[in-house]
Amino acid sequence: MSVPVTLLGLLERQPSHGYELKREYDAYFGRGKPLPFGQVYATLSRLVRDNKVEPGEVEPGDGPDRKRYAITDSGKAEVEAWLDEPVDAEPYLQTVLFAKVVLSIMLGRPPSRYLDAQRAAHLQRMRELGELRRKGSVVDALLADHAMFHLEADIRWMDVTEARLGSLTDLVNQ
Amino acid sequence: MRAAADLRRAEAVPTNLIEARDVVRSFGETPALRGANLAVAAGEIIAIMGPSGSGKSTLLHCLAGIYRPDSGEIWFDGERVDNWNEDRRTKLRRTAFGFVFQFGQLVPELSTADNVALPLLLNRVSRKEAYARALSWLARLGLEGLEGRRSGELSGGQAQRVAIARALVTGPKVVFADEPTGSLDSLTGEQVMDLLVDSARAEGTTVVLVTHDARVAAYADREAMVRDGIVTTHQRVGAQA
Repeated sequence: MSVPVTLLGLLERQPSHGYELKREYDAYFGRGKPLPFGQVYATLSRLVRDNKVEPGEVEPGDGPDRKRYAITDSGKAEVEAWLDEPVDAEPYLQTVLFAKVVLSIMLGRPPSRYLDAQRAAHLQRMRELGELRRKGSVVDALLADHAMFHLEADIRWMDVTEARLGSLTDLVNQ
Repeated sequence: MRAAADLRRAEAVPTNLIEARDVVRSFGETPALRGANLAVAAGEIIAIMGPSGSGKSTLLHCLAGIYRPDSGEIWFDGERVDNWNEDRRTKLRRTAFGFVFQFGQLVPELSTADNVALPLLLNRVSRKEAYARALSWLARLGLEGLEGRRSGELSGGQAQRVAIARALVTGPKVVFADEPTGSLDSLTGEQVMDLLVDSARAEGTTVVLVTHDARVAAYADREAMVRDGIVTTHQRVGAQA
């Protein structure tokens, strides 16, 4: 998650104080990992320095947070470019799962035992995410879905790997 | 005092409602099960997983009394049932078991309400009571207004919900579900599984679920892996692998 561009996106919706930005960020993107106030203001300072954001006048009233920040045209252009650009579709060819399977074979240990344990761990996590999906908000459900589909992809990889263990073992032991 | 303590300990041990013991089953020369063991506790939801052709559906059919094992034993509710004759096993399936298959397998000539009432009518429940219970289950599964439709007029998700209602309407002790979401998209499959699992838990019904889909298996309390006709893992939730 890119914090600066996410804050810019929130500011494009409407000018906000730092504490409002933090509240919105935590509600949608910071689930389980709230954004520290210090990071909000440090990020806003950098965005001001880079002309992506401009601070408003200091508003009358109590409390330290009396500036309302607004996005600039340059900031809007950055948000637009970020939204248009797809995330790298990384192939994850050298995963920990892969390394454990290959090392198991190299060390003469049954890789299927590791795969069974890993599959059970993945399914247990999927159960927990399923509970979150059923009991949480639609935002929780979508985040849980995303995590579950990735775990499911890992399990499908484990199934295919298991089916190919014979030829993989031959290759590794050559 | 000691007898009371022994009794408490005995009560604390979960009893197996249904169990396969060293079950062997072949089709012609092809072995499907080669000594499968599986025990399922009352009220438990278990997912049987495994590659295509591993024997997982054959295991379900043996547990459900549809196939008779070549050797080995099937136990249900404290009784060995694999050696029962066909009539007794048919009665067992009608009264104690419910079934949900991949494509619903509703009777196409009958209405939704007829399909759900059918197992009760076969069990000689009065027509009035059978339809009252059928309509109650249809409403519970969000199918109000569809009572008169034929299966061809239902979406895939609606047909599977009717199949769940039909499986649960007799108050079975076990529901056997073979790839119940296999023909549905992800979201509809989730809705069907939510309904199946929530209903089964509310009724205290045991569910034996065959699936190759990890998202479906994640609804179960635990999973059993079948490989080459043998149950190779039997992982308890929270247990160390």
